[in-house]
Amino acid sequence: MNALLPIPPVAAIEPPLALLAELTHRCPLQCPYCANPLEMERAASELDTATWLRVLEEAAALGVLQVHFSGGEPTARRDLLEMVRHAAACGLYSNLITSGVTLDAASLAALADAGLDHVQLSFQDADAAQADRIGGYRNGHARKLVVSQQIREAGLPLTANFVVHRQNLDRLPEMLALGEELGASRIEIAHVQYYGWALVNRAALMPSRAQLEQANAAVAQARADLRGRITIDYVVPDYYAARPKACMGGWARRIINITPAGLALPCHAAETLPGFQFPSVRTTSLGAIWRDDPGFTRFRGTAWMPEPCRSCEQREVDWGGCRCQAFAMTGDAAATDPACAMSPDHFMMADAVAASDAVAAAGPAPDLVYRRIRTAALVK
Amino acid sequence: MIEGTVGEEAIAVVPAFNRGFRLRHDTVRNAWVVLAPERLFLLDEPAVEVLKLVDGARSVSDIVDILATKFNASRDMIAADVEAMLQDLVVKGAIRL
Repeated sequence: MNALLPIPPVAAIEPPLALLAELTHRCPLQCPYCANPLEMERAASELDTATWLRVLEEAAALGVLQVHFSGGEPTARRDLLEMVRHAAACGLYSNLITSGVTLDAASLAALADAGLDHVQLSFQDADAAQADRIGGYRNGHARKLVVSQQIREAGLPLTANFVVHRQNLDRLPEMLALGEELGASRIEIAHVQYYGWALVNRAALMPSRAQLEQANAAVAQARADLRGRITIDYVVPDYYAARPKACMGGWARRIINITPAGLALPCHAAETLPGFQFPSVRTTSLGAIWRDDPGFTRFRGTAWMPEPCRSCEQREVDWGGCRCQAFAMTGDAAATDPACAMSPDHFMMADAVAASDAVAAAGPAPDLVYRRIRTAALVK
Repeated sequence: MIEGTVGEEAIAVVPAFNRGFRLRHDTVRNAWVVLAPERLFLLDEPAVEVLKLVDGARSVSDIVDILATKFNASRDMIAADVEAMLQDLVVKGAIRL
């Protein structure tokens, strides 16, 4: 038939823009929506300093422009300062994603001196008692207020990050006011994304539609009020969406995630997917992983897509949504993300919202399952 | 006023990058980018020409002079473009005036 049609050119693989370096799973906080996997790495299995430094060099050579030092709590690594210094030497823009409770004026001055570019400080609420309850860390909120001042005094730009859910969303205006009061140049309001620990706690955390609409209005108002002074980024919950989010900017298109033990992943939740053997940076170069590893190429681009994604005009906008969410909800990692209204499984999103509303109507919120290495075995 | 487009006051100010924002040449992509807190801005050529001159010492007027000479263009037209571009970056949080 059309045997003589030319073979379409293979699109060049764009280099990654960012490296998400999960230095450790150790953390003093126990947030029940933590993005870490249920099975966390212990300190003994963490990558050594030399390997991390090599990974930073390889990332910069590959085209990575920004490195996000994350965890767990990245300051639990004693070699963090060395890594920040090395990132700066490689020309990488470095971002520290931290709970802040282990930082002080001296350590922040040292990090700034080493070339750290930016700090994202997490908050669990604007109300101290509620924040400490969610974080599972006594006096954590008070500590963060002090540390945010010390971040500013060290000359570092601050993002105040608030993760929001049913149990704190009504205080969103107070959170926005707190971010402004703390002198943040950027405020991130991130609805919980329901994977891993958050999925375990979904019925207790999923907001109601009324809450969501109020939150959207509060963010819109704050954006207007703070325009030109504070950037507000807002991560919406896709359970209420008609179109899925472009998770990670598309599978293996923008970001490489490295786990504490040194596995390279296209996203921090990818280890939940069955049938993958993700490569280790201990034995494989980042460049070879990005180009050739089957775990990275599996869902890159659009060729893997089933219908309705394959013929959808949004396919290069949302890249089929989130593979981990598709698997967690449908059991098929290659299914259309149920967040999409075109997915045959889209009803599952509304069902989850209804279940959460029913739980809330029935009485006090159910107990939260806190992120702890010892509880991980119980929830599996 | 300079030819009725840009105020003396506006053109005398010294633009500077805010903390957390920096201009960098990306050798892998052969492109100039502004790196920023958890985002980055890709730049078109006119923006690159302006931002390479933003050093916290040169005034808007100095920058306009340099570009008008370099591109043999009307100072008036360059000033309007530079002002508009810098204002956009102020709103995005990258530059302070």
